[in-house]
Amino acid sequence: MPKAPAGTLYRGREGMWSWVAHRITGVLIFFFLFAHVLDTALVRVSPSSYDTVIATYKNPVVNLLEVGLVAAVLFHALNGIRIVLIDFWASGPRFQRQMLYTEIVLWVILVVPGTFYMLKHTVETLFGSAS
Amino acid sequence: MATTIDGAATPAIEAPRSPQRRPVRTKARTNFELYAWLFMRVSGILLVFLVLGHLFIMNILDGGVQRIGFGFVAGRWASPFWRTWDLLMLVLAELHGTNGLRTVINDYAERPQTRFWLKMLLYVSAFLVISLGSLVIFTFDPNIS
Repeated sequence: MPKAPAGTLYRGREGMWSWVAHRITGVLIFFFLFAHVLDTALVRVSPSSYDTVIATYKNPVVNLLEVGLVAAVLFHALNGIRIVLIDFWASGPRFQRQMLYTEIVLWVILVVPGTFYMLKHTVETLFGSAS
Repeated sequence: MATTIDGAATPAIEAPRSPQRRPVRTKARTNFELYAWLFMRVSGILLVFLVLGHLFIMNILDGGVQRIGFGFVAGRWASPFWRTWDLLMLVLAELHGTNGLRTVINDYAERPQTRFWLKMLLYVSAFLVISLGSLVIFTFDPNIS
């Protein structure tokens, strides 16, 4: 393996893998956005057609996918802030690794309660007595 | 004239070869890539607030997605604040995503034709998404049946 040239933090280890994850989450979010604009456009067709398609979002399986979407967006957002700091903050490149680990900790702190609130209704409906 | 400092005749110098032909540049050099790079950072920072706020309101607050329906949308879009929020989010997110996918296509699609058509498809879809989305926000009718 050739040694990484000086002056890049996008080859190998944390720098590269965060770049890979940023790219994958970005493409996923882009395709969801396409579908989401189309489903929202149904408010211009009729209330019942909009409510019908929105019902799919309330399905337990799709609800689980929404948790994945929120987790992906949250990673992309936090990592995006890290990229901005790498590019514009003079000490950014030096601390890129520490910023990634900070970002992962923040991501877990936000995703755990987020998942709880997003799945609360689904879990109560499937296993409990809620409406 | 054709003498050196010590007065000796200079050796004959052959005529230089004609200058090397450079590929003709068809497009003017612009700073487009710089502005695209800057746009990703500026729109990204704005989208952190717009999108995370949207996800929090829609998926977590007051029962999350279960309470969303036509009436909920009508209530929100009665306010110019949320219409502006959604329009700004739509345009910024679609342009941010389009530029991101343009980069991805440039990185992985190798045949010139594949690159061209994938990007055409991308730009047409972006145009349709922004047009349809803004049309819906601007012409929303809460009394539609």
